[in-house]
Amino acid sequence: MARKSRALPEINAGSMADIAFLLLIFFLVTTTMDSDSGIAIKLPPWEDNIDIPPPPIKARNVLEVLVNSNNQLLVEGEVTRVNQLRDKTKKFITNEGVDLNMSVSPDKAVISLKNDRATSYITYISVQNELKAAYREVRNEYSLRKFGRKYDELIDEAQIDEVKDKYPQKISEAEPENTGGE
Amino acid sequence: MAKFQKKKGGGSPAINTASLPDIVFMLLFFFMVATTMREVTLKVKNNTPAASEIEKLTKKSLVSFIYVGSPIESLQEAFGTAPRIQLNDAYKSVDDIQVFVQTEIDKLPEYEKGKIIMSIKADQDVKMGIITDVKQELRKANALKLNYSTKKKGADDKGEL
Repeated sequence: MARKSRALPEINAGSMADIAFLLLIFFLVTTTMDSDSGIAIKLPPWEDNIDIPPPPIKARNVLEVLVNSNNQLLVEGEVTRVNQLRDKTKKFITNEGVDLNMSVSPDKAVISLKNDRATSYITYISVQNELKAAYREVRNEYSLRKFGRKYDELIDEAQIDEVKDKYPQKISEAEPENTGGE
Repeated sequence: MAKFQKKKGGGSPAINTASLPDIVFMLLFFFMVATTMREVTLKVKNNTPAASEIEKLTKKSLVSFIYVGSPIESLQEAFGTAPRIQLNDAYKSVDDIQVFVQTEIDKLPEYEKGKIIMSIKADQDVKMGIITDVKQELRKANALKLNYSTKKKGADDKGEL
């Protein structure tokens, strides 16, 4: 029996755009674009017994950075602006024992950061940022000299480790003082 | 007398909208892929400072957020302007952080429990006191990977302070 081939009636897709728009607007409203990024640090583990004296470090190997409650900076007893901090830090790290008041070698250099409880967060972040930037720049310079590539662009795992070992990032944070009386 | 003639078939022909759904779907998929769901409603002001030495938080599932800032304007009448800590959707005190960290760690699968990253999203106007308290609690809770959430700025911008 010959059946009359009946074409399926076409589905009306006129409202498809409306549905898609609805979904689109829903996603626009409920989602955010910003990918999260920030300054990564590692906290020291909690120590119950704080009476144990810390290992002795020679004063010349420590770069003391103090931030007071008025967001002013004192680096090694000298009033400093945040935009000078990066160069000072770089000089301190790459001293290699030349200046008697600065680090003996990069792997011995420690940066000690101490802030007040009334220091503003933005100042703290810019100080942290400058310290990290200083390390990034010395690593980049060393890596460029040695491997002809910037540190961020190194691919070889061994090379990355070598630069890291040469300039280990040691930023130590002291417990803040409370002079500003929050 | 002139005769007014009805215009026949005046105006431009209708635009073919058959491909409109395709375009909209394309946009939809773009937004679905490129954006992330907003998880909490912010109850604190959250204008993070800018920094250049930033790392991207690639694995979203490992990250938990702690918001710090003064209450948003609509809530200031009830809660004042002193900076507060927000965990999930509510104001919490410093003492609640350890419990919060523990519940966040419990949500992770076994092999990732040690990898939790805490991200502090603090307003740039808060003082370090409250941030320090948060950090001490995180140390006690043994969540040592920390990330200060910031906006991006150029590397040579050294700040004008």
